[in-house]
Amino acid sequence: MAQASSLTRARRRSAWLFLTPMLVILACVAGWPLLRTFIFGFTDANLSDLGGYSFVGFENFYAVYDGEKFGLLADPEWWQAVWNTIYFTVISVSLETVLGIIVALVLNQEFKGRGLVRAAVLIPWAIPTIVSAKMWNWMLHDQFGIINDLLMSLGLIASPVAWTANPDTAMVAVIMVDVWKTTPFMALLTLAALQMLPSDCYEAARVDGIHPVRVFFKVTLPLIKPALMVAVIFRALDALRVFDVIYVLTPNNPNTMTMSVYARQLLVDFQEVGYGSAASTLLFLVIAFSIMAYMMIGRVRLDEGGH
Amino acid sequence: MNRNVKSLMMKAGFYLLVAAIVIFAVFPFYYAILTAFETGSALFDVNYLPESFSFSNYLSVFEGQPFGRNIFNSIFVSVMVVALSLLMGVTASYALARVKFAGRGLLLVTILSVSMFPQVAVLSGMFELIRAVGLYNSMFGLAISYMMLTLPFTVWILTAFMRELPRELEEAAVMDGASPWTVITRVFLPVMWPAMVTTGLLAFIMAWNEFLFALTFTLTNEQRTVPVAIALISGASQFEMPWGNIMAASVIVTVPLIVLVLIFQRRIVSGLTAGAVKG
Repeated sequence: MAQASSLTRARRRSAWLFLTPMLVILACVAGWPLLRTFIFGFTDANLSDLGGYSFVGFENFYAVYDGEKFGLLADPEWWQAVWNTIYFTVISVSLETVLGIIVALVLNQEFKGRGLVRAAVLIPWAIPTIVSAKMWNWMLHDQFGIINDLLMSLGLIASPVAWTANPDTAMVAVIMVDVWKTTPFMALLTLAALQMLPSDCYEAARVDGIHPVRVFFKVTLPLIKPALMVAVIFRALDALRVFDVIYVLTPNNPNTMTMSVYARQLLVDFQEVGYGSAASTLLFLVIAFSIMAYMMIGRVRLDEGGH
Repeated sequence: MNRNVKSLMMKAGFYLLVAAIVIFAVFPFYYAILTAFETGSALFDVNYLPESFSFSNYLSVFEGQPFGRNIFNSIFVSVMVVALSLLMGVTASYALARVKFAGRGLLLVTILSVSMFPQVAVLSGMFELIRAVGLYNSMFGLAISYMMLTLPFTVWILTAFMRELPRELEEAAVMDGASPWTVITRVFLPVMWPAMVTTGLLAFIMAWNEFLFALTFTLTNEQRTVPVAIALISGASQFEMPWGNIMAASVIVTVPLIVLVLIFQRRIVSGLTAGAVKG
């Protein structure tokens, strides 16, 4: 007994030894920069002279001078960015989930060429976001784009639409590209969940002659729901921090500017590191609270995960 | 008879759905390849089938900017961070998956939350750090920032894989008095290499596609990675975008990725599901 516990202790010691390099690196490249961003959020730092700053308290977040309100919480552009981010996240993740389930159900059937179809579905996922944004930018081109050509020859639109420039369609374009790019992720995760289901309950349902749509909603969906929820959360957290696709597809467009895009514009383009860091901090808090809320509601136990 | 017609209709509808999925998934890339082969006025005539085969876009994309150098940069920085992440990831995930110790759950949650950080939340701090160590506008500076993305991801996925391995695997070695380092190198590495290939590939794709850090922490054309180079290809004016060049560059950097993904299809799916479903 005494020997076993000394063995366990030795194992624990070496475990920490193995963890140390990783933890040190993470502390340097994630913990420290995050902490500095929090601190910058309370200063008037400027990108041209990053060292020379002074603390300004909560002024970047909220301040009132002579009855006039300042700070992010009184900044209409910030609130527009918050709204855009939420709108983008809700619509694109919902569409991706529904389309992903449909694709997964198709791929779960036995048919000729299934391997090829699955390979084809993976292609959008493999393409870098910047490249997919550029490809769609070209397809959505107002004068020479194939989408306008297609829609006009089908008689769906009368004149070319400036998809990415028009305030009404810019967000539609961004969501379209995002849905195209990330539906494969949802489909693959859903497919993996579907393939782990026991087949006997389907046999029973088929023998009883229950309509397949009813089987899906009564049997399949409840069974894959836990896996689906995890995928939705992963995607939603990803969507809340969206940057690349919007930066490339609709640059400087207030109708699609998300929190990440707005914060980077403040930090780099306007060089206002203090104000921009405050915006980054708020975005971080939004995502942190989303994760915590999910953990509380879902009661995910990470330590025992998988068993 | 009626039943036959109905099942035939169902079948036709199913294959129609399959066709729609395939077209939706593949068409944008197909159209990029089509465009990359077109020059002059052919570029601005919408066509659905290939009409011209000119390689001039593929050549001129290397002339207008240091695109060869950009490709080298992307490969260099991605390989570097993948190697470092795997090295640290495999030992760390052994500790996290096979050894029980106080605070393990909390540590796992922390690592997972780092991989969910919005990149922009560390942007100003990371900028200051990279400038302080004198690596602004350098591939090494970029590698430092990429570790924040690839390391927690690698540890997380490898831990999920490592957990699945049977207890008996290491028990015999531990009983024989093998050190943990021996257990990792002699017992786990031989069975872990498929998982390492998967994780390495996913981390490589992550680093290869990264945009925000590469855009912010590099300044000159020579130091840019591929995604930034493509995003910044521009013409003489907003109305003279060299779409042929952009599409050629896109095809060049995407084809190797697609080939890799298709070869390692099953592995990638297992890696993605290990990372997400096991959470």
